[in-house]
Amino acid sequence: MAKESPPRWDRRMQQRLARGEAAALGELYDRFASLVHGLAHRVLDDEEDADRITREVFAHVWENPDAFDPRQGPLRSWVATLTHRLAVQRLRQTEAAALARDGSGTTEDLERKVRRASAAARADYIVTNMPAPLRAALELAYFQRRDYRQAAADLGVTEDEARRRLRLGLQLLSTAHDNGTSGTPPGNGRAW
Amino acid sequence: MNGPERFEPYDDEGVGGARGDDGTRGDGRGSGSGHDSGSGPGAVPPRIPPPRSSVEDTGQPLPDPPPPVPGTPATTSAPAPLVLEHRVLKSLLGAWALSACSAEEAEAVEVHLGTCGPCAEEALRLRDAVALLHPAEPLDLDPMLRTRVLEGCLDRRPPRIPVPDWVAPYDAETARLDALLQDIGDSEWHAPVRLRWFDRDGLVSRKTTVAGVLAHLMMVDGLVALALGLDELPPMVEASGHGGDVGKARPGPAERTEAYWRASHRPPTRAVRGPWRDQTHTLVRTVAFEAGSASEASASVDYGDFELPLRDSMLDRAFECWVHAGDIAEAVDYPYEPPAPRHLHHMFDLAARLLPTTLAARRRAGLASPPRRLVAAGTPGRSLRLEVEGAGGGEWLIALDSPGAVASAEYEVAHVALDGVEFSRLAAGHIAPDEVVAGLDGDREAIRDVLFATASLSRM
Repeated sequence: MAKESPPRWDRRMQQRLARGEAAALGELYDRFASLVHGLAHRVLDDEEDADRITREVFAHVWENPDAFDPRQGPLRSWVATLTHRLAVQRLRQTEAAALARDGSGTTEDLERKVRRASAAARADYIVTNMPAPLRAALELAYFQRRDYRQAAADLGVTEDEARRRLRLGLQLLSTAHDNGTSGTPPGNGRAW
Repeated sequence: MNGPERFEPYDDEGVGGARGDDGTRGDGRGSGSGHDSGSGPGAVPPRIPPPRSSVEDTGQPLPDPPPPVPGTPATTSAPAPLVLEHRVLKSLLGAWALSACSAEEAEAVEVHLGTCGPCAEEALRLRDAVALLHPAEPLDLDPMLRTRVLEGCLDRRPPRIPVPDWVAPYDAETARLDALLQDIGDSEWHAPVRLRWFDRDGLVSRKTTVAGVLAHLMMVDGLVALALGLDELPPMVEASGHGGDVGKARPGPAERTEAYWRASHRPPTRAVRGPWRDQTHTLVRTVAFEAGSASEASASVDYGDFELPLRDSMLDRAFECWVHAGDIAEAVDYPYEPPAPRHLHHMFDLAARLLPTTLAARRRAGLASPPRRLVAAGTPGRSLRLEVEGAGGGEWLIALDSPGAVASAEYEVAHVALDGVEFSRLAAGHIAPDEVVAGLDGDREAIRDVLFATASLSRM
């Protein structure tokens, strides 16, 4: 599906959106809707809320195509960051409203909940976007309970390499805990 | 669909807190001469408890325990603590956090963590990361969400180049099929599908697979691409042994599909999805640019033995996309809904408009009763009232005597009322005309001719 390299696809998409091409909006949706909806759902755990965030994200991109800067990283990351920010904002609002309404729980509980949801969504994104060899190693070790020697044999790599992939995969995944709870986009286009 | 875009295929540096404390990448195990080999003699009790097991928490069945690893000490003898160099211990942290190393290694790691601050810190971090892993949850996006999201956007900022109304059904149906395809597994692409259609006077079928159906859709969509002057995806392979058909201008849907199937050395796989989807996107985009221009108004799509104006062809493609998406969904046992009512209505309308010509063609072939009377073009003639009920339905008057005649309520001789889904199945060639469940009233011959003509709108 990707005849064009991602940066090139991103730039062309941005130009087409800026030009007001409705067909480009459709293609944007087709490429990113499951990412956006999935992340929003991971944060909010609610179908309707996730639908709503999905509408907001695409409306924002459609209305502000120039806000994306291709030099800062791929469109995919930008869309994910935007989704994450809007979803965390929404979660904080609804939780704060609930707190104000029935006074159960504390602000710390709220922050903890937001932090957990936020990290879970980041983790999903990281797992789906990490290099396939790392993901494959993690899947074997975690879901299929292969030890690293069996994983090495399954993957046709040395045991050293299997250990390395498991460690590196978890290192990448652990960055989901970074960035606190702010939900603001990370600067300078790092993944998150 | 989306490869790694952000990370290089694993760099050697690692990320986060575990950077740069190990410049050397030895090949294989060293000889144990690492000077900071962490496992001290005193075997300090681990500060960090061993990682929790993972799969138990998910409720998934546990696989068999791993077979004993050759070369590790047997459990019967007194467990001699494993002595590993720091480099190896560090490289084991990921496997340890995932409970994916041997018991001896795990023990050696835990002993080491009691004495090595950086490793202990990383171990904690990696163990917390394991808690973030969870089985992917199948996520079915509501297919109607696409329309809602896009409409919401276009309300807020009207497009300069809109997708025309008559392209919307094709845009929506291809997106729905693509969403279905996203959810199906590798093996399901080879699930058998029987393509069915109505040929002259009976139902026929042709066996293929899910991937084969998609290839078929792609090859027929290619006719529209040709009409628009686009490069085909993929280029049509010239059918061999085609010499007898010289009179025929261009290979039609069936010939193109058969040629594609023949030319592939192996049965089509899910790899066909990308090119199919690219072509659908290109068609929507190109048609949106062409809409309203003089070339669009005069463009027609050549199906081999008939032609359709571009607008009707896009509707026809939308209808066929839905029909075959239904075939695919049935083959892989997924539910699949009919199109949005306003899109359905356009599809019914196209069928109703095509009926007089189809009827005339069947009459010429001796497959329908001769006209009762000759009607001058542009004057009213005998008509059948077609009433399609349910979502997207409506009423149409079908001119019976000649495509040139004007259908007229005054000369109505018959009335057919049927459900929209039933009408679609008939027009798709999925049910025989004499098995249709419909309310029929009036001239039996006219009704029979129209039902058969509806069925013969279908083709491979």
